[in-house]
Amino acid sequence: MYRYDEFDATLVRERVSQFRGQVARRVAGELTEDEFKPLRLMNGLYLQIHAYMLRVAIPYGTFDARQMRKLAHIARVYDKGYGHFTTRQNIQFNWIKLDETPDILDELADVEMHAIQTSGNCIRNTTADPYAGAAVDEVEDPRAWAEIIRQWSSFHPEFSFLPRKFKIAVTGATHDRAAVRVHDIGLIAKKNEAGEIGFEVMVGGGQGRTPMIAKTIRDFVPRDHLLSYLEAVLRVYNMLGRRDNKYKARIKILVHEVGVEEIRSLVEAEWEAMQKETSVDLPTAERDRIASYFSAPAFEVLADTDRGFEARRFEDRDFAAWVRSNVKPHRQTGYAIVDISLKPTGGIPGDITADQMDTVADIADAFAVGSEIRATYQQNLVLPHVKLSDLPAVYDRLKAAELATGNIGLAGDIIACPGLDYCNLANARSIPIAQRISERFADLNRQFDIGPLEIKISGCINACGHHHVGHIGILGVDRKGEEHYQLTLGGRADEAAAIGRITGPGFSYDGIIDAVETVVETYLAIRANPEERFIDTLDRVGQDPFKERLYGAKAA
Amino acid sequence: MALIKDGKQVSDQWLTADADTPVQPDIPTIVPFARFIAERDSLLRSQAEIGVKLSPGDDVAALAGDLDRLKVIAVDFPAFTDGRAYSYARLLRQRYGYRGEIRATGNVLRDQYLFMLRAGIDAFEVTDKTQISSWIDALEEFSHYYQKASDAAQPVWAKRHTTVAAAE
Repeated sequence: MYRYDEFDATLVRERVSQFRGQVARRVAGELTEDEFKPLRLMNGLYLQIHAYMLRVAIPYGTFDARQMRKLAHIARVYDKGYGHFTTRQNIQFNWIKLDETPDILDELADVEMHAIQTSGNCIRNTTADPYAGAAVDEVEDPRAWAEIIRQWSSFHPEFSFLPRKFKIAVTGATHDRAAVRVHDIGLIAKKNEAGEIGFEVMVGGGQGRTPMIAKTIRDFVPRDHLLSYLEAVLRVYNMLGRRDNKYKARIKILVHEVGVEEIRSLVEAEWEAMQKETSVDLPTAERDRIASYFSAPAFEVLADTDRGFEARRFEDRDFAAWVRSNVKPHRQTGYAIVDISLKPTGGIPGDITADQMDTVADIADAFAVGSEIRATYQQNLVLPHVKLSDLPAVYDRLKAAELATGNIGLAGDIIACPGLDYCNLANARSIPIAQRISERFADLNRQFDIGPLEIKISGCINACGHHHVGHIGILGVDRKGEEHYQLTLGGRADEAAAIGRITGPGFSYDGIIDAVETVVETYLAIRANPEERFIDTLDRVGQDPFKERLYGAKAA
Repeated sequence: MALIKDGKQVSDQWLTADADTPVQPDIPTIVPFARFIAERDSLLRSQAEIGVKLSPGDDVAALAGDLDRLKVIAVDFPAFTDGRAYSYARLLRQRYGYRGEIRATGNVLRDQYLFMLRAGIDAFEVTDKTQISSWIDALEEFSHYYQKASDAAQPVWAKRHTTVAAAE
């Protein structure tokens, strides 16, 4: 993974000093809260219901054991002993004191971490496929490109006061695990017929109150020109994006109002003009320097199976079930990708205690090549490179730390935003809904019978819980002072991305749990065969059979 | 109002006119963009030096043909959160080759000073009570930049390979 050189390290330290000065000016009253707010937001510091919340960047979701231990330390010393992994591969601490934030940022800098641009109307932390470098279906490793984008976008002098926040996601695989089609810019690395690497550039995706699927504006941008192309898109957006209404300020609205053809021609004209100017594109030597950090680690030459692993799988049904849901094939023979679920039955999605963080760090040190860890937008963790022969030991240690829930991709693997329990924006609670659904489907055998199912819950229209792209989406709203929940079906965030459609009238705090179960039972009753996934059945039959069961015959 | 240029407070020779302030000979005058477009010929014929003030939404490209006649272009920040002028400044410097003064007006604060400088803005209209010394401090806050912009600063990626080449 990437390592800071003196320049990266200096910049991050200088940012901490700058922020320390800003905090001091705020505490001394030289800055009003209105003046301070955009400054603290540029450093990931929000003022929430109970306290300040600090969002720490995990660039493209890649980090390691040493960094995880530091996060555990911060959770213990500066928070209440836990942290919360977000839907953008970041981690949040919810109980932070303003005057301690500069010290926290200094501690983070000790392990090459920061909170730069994790909020504010700027280019946010770039996200990527969490299986990068390990996935079987990968064409190009997205991490080097995400790092290149991180550096280009950090403290960008032109794009730090955009109309609204701006999120870029990168994948280099055929199966989209980075939800690139619901980002302001989605990048798909691919090879052209000549075997050269380039990027399909999609713009204008997003969730929030106006969900949109991104549209392709260029099928192939040669890799050497990626940054200038991004700069062209950002410049067009910075100059033309709406600033009169915060809810219409994202690039998706510009694309929608102006039309994708017009955006394409504006971007192309801007890009062409830029080619005659001092280029922002990286020279090959620098691209290669960054890429070298992401070259394949020194894998051992191993057999494609391991006797100890197979024996344990044969003898231990729980282990076998965990392998079935949480272990994925690796491109290197004899290795596997291990998903760590942060969704224990009845737990808070994405929450992890400081002790659990230390356990994950220890396991990564002992068994993961390069001590590497990844965070996923589904609020889970990944050990990207683990030997098959080590899987039993990894499982035992995870299980002892209550981190071996075998529900990845199943009904219990729920995405939820912090909701009304923490967030200033929320209209309704989301965490207790997630907890109760997870308890309702606690039986793992039942989850396996149901098969792949993505349930996603947002506590308000801003959609941080990704409900628009859940196979089953739940949106909390405030109806005359009461929490009320709308149900959507058919959303997905992968290569067949789609926005879910509302089934009909919403449900009460209690009713929504029954409604989810009704939808699942309906699916089980009408699926063509056990291999037909929920989302495929829905595609085949439409919403009517589900509505009929939810609301009675006449509703359908 | 005070004007900061090259890290010092300087006296401001320019009068900022609105849509119908008469332009007087020998008084350098900055006129709003719309007025410049409407009265271009007479303004450029007048005895006064002329500058133009761009507000967010104005079409910077429309000035491209007249830049050698304009000594000052003011770019306005009605709120510091409106970042359109950063793009205008970069276009003026990098696309249209403008070498005159680009002056930030409006909600101009030290926390954006460095971004503005890097985008190509070289003069800053600030309130009288602004502490100029703290602005100078703002310049020292960062010693490296990741990306190329309108200034002459070498980006990190260039420094990295210069260092390597020198070491070898």
